[in-house]
Amino acid sequence: MSDFLSAPYVLQYTYTRSTGPVIGRFLESLRYGVLEGVRTADGGVLCPPLEYDEKGEATTGEFIQLRPVGTVKSWTWVPEPRKGHPLDRPFAFALIQIDGTDNAMVHVVDAEKPKRMKTGMRVRARWAEERNGTIRDIACFEPVLPYLPGPVHLDYDVRPGQHYTAFLRGLQEGKLIGGCDSQSGKVYVPPRAADPFTGNPTSEYVEVADTGVLTTFTIIRIPFEGQKLKPPYCFGAIVLDGADMPIYHLISGVPYDQIRMGMRVKAKWKPREEWETSLENILYFEPTGEPDAPFESYEEHL
Amino acid sequence: MRNVAIVSFAQLPSVRVSHATDEAELVQPVTSQAMKQVGITQDDIGFTCSGSTDYLPGRPFSFVAAVDGLKAWPPIRESHVEMDGAFALYEAWVRLLHGDIDTALVFSFGKCSLGPVPDVLNLQNDPYYVQPLGLDSISAAALQAQALIDAGKATERDFAEVAVRNRKNALGNPNAQIKGDFGVDELLEEPYLSSPLRKSFCSPLSDSAAAIVLAAGDAAKKLTKRPAWIRGIDHRTEPHSLGQRDLTSSPSAKLAAEKAGVGKGKVDLAELHAPFAHQELILREALGLGDDVNVNPSGGALAANSLMTAGLIRFGEAASRVLAGKADRAVAHTTNGVCLQHNLVAVLEGE
Amino acid sequence: MAEQCAVVGIGQTKHRESRRDVSMPGLIRIAALEALEDADMTFKDVDAIVIGTAPDMFEGIMMPELFLADALGAAGKPIFRVHTAGSVGGSTAVVASHLVQAGVHEKVLTVAFEKQSESNAMWALSPAIPFQPQLVAGAGGYFAPLIRSYIRRADAHPDTGCMVAVKDRAHGMLNPHAHLHLDQSLEEVKAAPMLWDPIRYSETCPSSDGAVAMVLVNQQQAKRVKNPAWVKGTSVRTERTFFAGRDQVNPRAGQQCAKDVYDQAGITNPPVEIDCAEIYVPFSWFEPMWLENLGFAEEGLGWKMTMEGKTKLGADMPINMSGGVMCTNPIGASGMLRFAEAARQVRGTADQHQVDGAKVALGHAFGGGSQFFAAWIVSSER
Repeated sequence: MSDFLSAPYVLQYTYTRSTGPVIGRFLESLRYGVLEGVRTADGGVLCPPLEYDEKGEATTGEFIQLRPVGTVKSWTWVPEPRKGHPLDRPFAFALIQIDGTDNAMVHVVDAEKPKRMKTGMRVRARWAEERNGTIRDIACFEPVLPYLPGPVHLDYDVRPGQHYTAFLRGLQEGKLIGGCDSQSGKVYVPPRAADPFTGNPTSEYVEVADTGVLTTFTIIRIPFEGQKLKPPYCFGAIVLDGADMPIYHLISGVPYDQIRMGMRVKAKWKPREEWETSLENILYFEPTGEPDAPFESYEEHL
Repeated sequence: MRNVAIVSFAQLPSVRVSHATDEAELVQPVTSQAMKQVGITQDDIGFTCSGSTDYLPGRPFSFVAAVDGLKAWPPIRESHVEMDGAFALYEAWVRLLHGDIDTALVFSFGKCSLGPVPDVLNLQNDPYYVQPLGLDSISAAALQAQALIDAGKATERDFAEVAVRNRKNALGNPNAQIKGDFGVDELLEEPYLSSPLRKSFCSPLSDSAAAIVLAAGDAAKKLTKRPAWIRGIDHRTEPHSLGQRDLTSSPSAKLAAEKAGVGKGKVDLAELHAPFAHQELILREALGLGDDVNVNPSGGALAANSLMTAGLIRFGEAASRVLAGKADRAVAHTTNGVCLQHNLVAVLEGE
Repeated sequence: MAEQCAVVGIGQTKHRESRRDVSMPGLIRIAALEALEDADMTFKDVDAIVIGTAPDMFEGIMMPELFLADALGAAGKPIFRVHTAGSVGGSTAVVASHLVQAGVHEKVLTVAFEKQSESNAMWALSPAIPFQPQLVAGAGGYFAPLIRSYIRRADAHPDTGCMVAVKDRAHGMLNPHAHLHLDQSLEEVKAAPMLWDPIRYSETCPSSDGAVAMVLVNQQQAKRVKNPAWVKGTSVRTERTFFAGRDQVNPRAGQQCAKDVYDQAGITNPPVEIDCAEIYVPFSWFEPMWLENLGFAEEGLGWKMTMEGKTKLGADMPINMSGGVMCTNPIGASGMLRFAEAARQVRGTADQHQVDGAKVALGHAFGGGSQFFAAWIVSSER
């Protein structure tokens, strides 16, 4: 028990505020989502409107409709809102000069984080859902961004062609299928609609080995979304035994700084029960341990 | 200017779904066929040009895969337009005017079966004011059709008659997708897709590919007895926003037709690329085609509409009738964009 | 060829990572108006428009030329859209020049642009597509193995790529339109992190928003200006991405494209007869590779030219005077920017990055897996 006495006390009372002709008109307009300013004697515009300007002159009573958009003249970030603040999440108090006016309005800006606040930034009013003729009819201001979200969502089907299908069906069985046009004699993996040298389809399917030569490669060191391996890792061109051009795949099972051009590699397959119609049935290629292929033997594939 | 002609045309049958063919597998047979018809190979081709759009398969650079359908060694002079293949034909025509090469291969491919085409075409709209409203191609065309009705220029019965005639014509076209002897009243009983457009007033969605060989001067005469000479060809566009155009007419098609010289002689037949029935009425008027002109003997886009290819097929259908001696003077037309924004017109002649 | 073609107007935007200050129509309009003003013309004078941009998915607008027609004053005119991957800016200019040379039009406005900040280029370039293995990280993952092949084949000095980066960035400092203004030493460039070994971060191009435009006219109309750049040769070449025995380092399509423009322009000794070249170098190592491919160096010796400083402004064979793709890369516009810079050089309007007395220049672009090529030769003399 404390030596000092203390008891809670609430001072609470709802006053009745006479609004007068100028402020009353302004607040009434807010109910309808309309923002207005008042003309001063010397031709300026004030929003919120005042009955008397800073020189003590009565304003004219002429109202001007304004766009609910303005510029932040000064601001402060409130990381922990207090009771009575208009927002229950971090926000900014700001002095906002509504376009076409000569004064500034105190209000709040819902900006998520202080980084998005800047003196001179453009803000627009967000109207409260229920309005009752108070300044809180403007729920808050929010940043005006010079861009719009442009969502696109389209649903497509993907249907591989007959040659690529043959390749995918092979993968499902753990085989690498290539195609050959007898006129050219070159084996392409996957098979192609047209041999580049003859223009004929590579319709004679042949199975090629899952071993080959790593011709060239890169070590990927940047992280990016959807990555399967943790950088650094290797991505390279492999000329499979029995094929006449490289396929591209991941190289692993060896420290990346020991990867060499000419290295003999073999596919590391996923467990058979996980095989699908996908080249990803092969997790990566790994060294076979055989001696490297001489440079001249794969130079034509670079 | 050099004389340039269409000397051969090949197309794959238009079908709703071409299951086991990727881009290259559409391109390889159709281009081979077009070249074979005049006894040449890719080695004899001076310039190759194609038209397609990435948004049909929903993949960037989809035309790169199509090059895999070609013999491209040694390397080829090649270009691509993100437009209908008929515009690729226009680029090839310009290229042949140079005089240094004599032949060109033009092709296009379109698989409508992969994506939601009416929604895809909304992406042609203004991204600020229209795209967010999801204005699909059928609804956009329907606004145009209603405008025609409101202007007293046409009735729904007129639309139905266009559809009936095209699909009847298609009976003679082995490559058409929708054909038959339909009744006008029968079509008028179909429910609206977007009023006043009913299903039969709209083109089907097709998978297909087409190829044309162009040749200049003497080279054309060597390749075929009766080349289809391109006597005039021109294309024009209109403002983009639907609200700034008189949708009931097509000033761009009219201007392109004038520049191409459509009115300079009797037109035997016209192949008009009208994906919606009412657009044929607008185009007929714009091109000044009277009732004596045989419009869309192939059945037109209402019988088969592989996007990016249907326009090139109009050129091929018109040319093949000239090549075969069935017509002396034919008009070919292609459109691009929402409600006929952009139009290409050519006049083909036998002599 | 019916007509000669000349460049009489050139305009471009300031290129930035993100031009949030302008809409897409606003962006191309800046470049188009500047080019027209340069040519002493207005939109009314233009007969036809040819527009180029990279995949529509970058901006999410299908065939954006339809929507952009109004901003280019195209109503009632022909507007034509080219798309040939990374080389598109170059091939667009080629198509425009052909319209003039063929005598189809007298005055053609050609425009290329990219507003890459409207999306994420990595997303737009490599969406996850069923049945396609998702293995690689962006363009660097494809090109890094090629660069390794080049280094091995040419036994090139490992600093070559860094030297190019230092040089191009120094050139870019002289170009107020350039996106990157980086004053970097060789040490700083070498110290940058490896992304796709052997490509460092500092050896890659940026991703930019920007547009470029040119006005191309026939001989009669070229009298409008005192310094037209005459188009002396144009060419495009394509080969396939993969085939047996393909030389990916020194592709035949690129060699043939270059030979074709040299033949048309009557050039037999490119390094002597060409005063400067603006070539498509998205990763710095492509400079030595293209020097060989374009015939400026013997095969295997391109890297020596770079290491000896011969490709700097003021040296024998200035390459990428504007700072090149290494400083500015609005993909769809990148090729045309190369073509436009070549024209600026021979018109003598390249300001701070002008090569003294340049009379003959090469503009070059490539795309896809080093498989689509476009080039032109421009000259101050008809």
